[in-house]
Amino acid sequence: MFQYRAGQIKTFFRQWQLQSMVIPGIIWMIIFCYIPMFWLIISFMDYSIAKPLLESPFVGLKHFQDFMTDDRFWRSIRNTLGMSIIKLVLGFPIPILFALLLNEIRNFRFKRTVQSISYLPHFIAWTIFGGIMLNWLGEGGVINQLMMALGLQEREILFISDAKYFWWITYFSDTLKEAGWSAIIYIAAISGIDPALYEAAELDGANRWQRMWHITIQCIRPTIAILFILAVSGMLGSNFEQIFMLENNMNIKMAESLDLYIYNMGLVSGRHSFSTAVLFARSIVALGLLFLANYASKKLTGDSIF
Amino acid sequence: MEKRRRFRRIGIFEICNTLLMLAVCFITLYPMWFVFVNSLNAPEHAMLGTVNWLPKEISLASYSVVFNDKSLMHGFYITTLRTVIGTVVHVLFTAIVAYGMSKSNLIGRKLYLKIALITMLFSGGLIPSFILMTKLGLYDNFWVFIIPAMYTFFNMIIFMSFFRTIPDSLEESAKVDGASDYGVLFRIVLPNSMAVIATIALFSAVYHWNDYYQGVIYIHSQDQLPLQTMLYKIIAENSMSFMQQQAMAQFGARLPGSSIKFASMMVATIPILLVYPFIQRYLVKGVMIGAIKG
Repeated sequence: MFQYRAGQIKTFFRQWQLQSMVIPGIIWMIIFCYIPMFWLIISFMDYSIAKPLLESPFVGLKHFQDFMTDDRFWRSIRNTLGMSIIKLVLGFPIPILFALLLNEIRNFRFKRTVQSISYLPHFIAWTIFGGIMLNWLGEGGVINQLMMALGLQEREILFISDAKYFWWITYFSDTLKEAGWSAIIYIAAISGIDPALYEAAELDGANRWQRMWHITIQCIRPTIAILFILAVSGMLGSNFEQIFMLENNMNIKMAESLDLYIYNMGLVSGRHSFSTAVLFARSIVALGLLFLANYASKKLTGDSIF
Repeated sequence: MEKRRRFRRIGIFEICNTLLMLAVCFITLYPMWFVFVNSLNAPEHAMLGTVNWLPKEISLASYSVVFNDKSLMHGFYITTLRTVIGTVVHVLFTAIVAYGMSKSNLIGRKLYLKIALITMLFSGGLIPSFILMTKLGLYDNFWVFIIPAMYTFFNMIIFMSFFRTIPDSLEESAKVDGASDYGVLFRIVLPNSMAVIATIALFSAVYHWNDYYQGVIYIHSQDQLPLQTMLYKIIAENSMSFMQQQAMAQFGARLPGSSIKFASMMVATIPILLVYPFIQRYLVKGVMIGAIKG
């Protein structure tokens, strides 16, 4: 046993060149991923950034109790879950649907062109895309003009300053920006399906819909399952860049997600310890969600991440 | 008769589907077209209301305001610098680590993977990272854009799985000729990996070009602000008094703030739109490599 270990150490030094490639990566991870994890302990302290860590008093679960009784915390939970559930139920199937329909296009060039165009918005910054949304949804914007021309509303509505529209604005703008991009992975999975399966099904008399349902969907099911598990485990997160761009004082009641709450409490109000306690609790719940979704998917469909 | 009807039904589906796909193209392209038209629109017309299809009279007035604005152009410079340095550093560093990790006889490989996997499940998050950056002296420092973004585990996996597809015989022959591991990496492996390098470089460049949030959190002084953070302040916080004053001086009250906003949005997007057609053929491939292993 000892000799085997010694052999390993010898090999380790013999491959010093390879090790010198990998170890900086590990050191980077320790600094930028593990040290922040260590700093989570300030959620149990009254930490002030001006003083050394050890001089901060230990306060146990005080901050955790504080946020549990904060109305604004519960409001941010409601907003995060509201936006996530809309995105999950109405947003998750859209890239799958788009990939399926795009797959039915016979003309190869047209197919490629549509695909390239569909993921273009993914590459546009949220500052630009959010700016367009702010313009469209504001006074004299495209949405108001369109709705009035169609007779759906009589006078202009300031969608962006009215909190009740906020969740839907995040859903629509996110879908518009990211649906084409999210479809790539399904399109890639569909292109990997053996054409013989379709030929066999056609001989058996399966129509277009039956082929789509029994072959395409069945073959990309593992991909769908994995992305669904990731979506569920990400439910307590929100697209910070999007929400930060679109929120304002008027819609904050429906716009403040958990991420934004952590940002506002921690960096705007300077309550570092309190904010870190929220963050810590969220990470643990998110980890739990990941395992739960993975377990449920394994039981229901047989597909899972681990 | 039966056959003909079936043929016709498929035809209707095809037509509807094609129309639907055209509609998808329209709604994805229209936002960009909208910004383009409004940035070009002559000031008099922009004041009268939103012009949605074509500019009534083409004018470059708002562009001249943007290009003459010193702080915006400085932001453009910071963003360009950040994108170039950030992308080169990210691709090089990630590729080097990935090459080492692609060797299955590497001692400690399993441990390294475990260390990395934990970071995918759990992370410190915003406030601890903020404290760390402050302690490292990266607050209000240009390198805050580069160093924390120089490595991602996910891109390392993409590189690693690509390197594993390169035939061993190629590397062995170089070793026989006396090349070191670094020699093999830089002379044999990297030149044969242009497809994956292009993909990762694109992802990294897009991230650096588009990110505004790091600038909001970590940058305090005006002369370090990237363009996108400035745009965020102009668009979301509506703080464009300086530019408006300048525009007023130049064009009287004729040039509305919105035209300047749209022109700056165009300036911030054009580089991406120029690079996009050249590099997008690598995209699907890159995402597929990521999807298979990730």
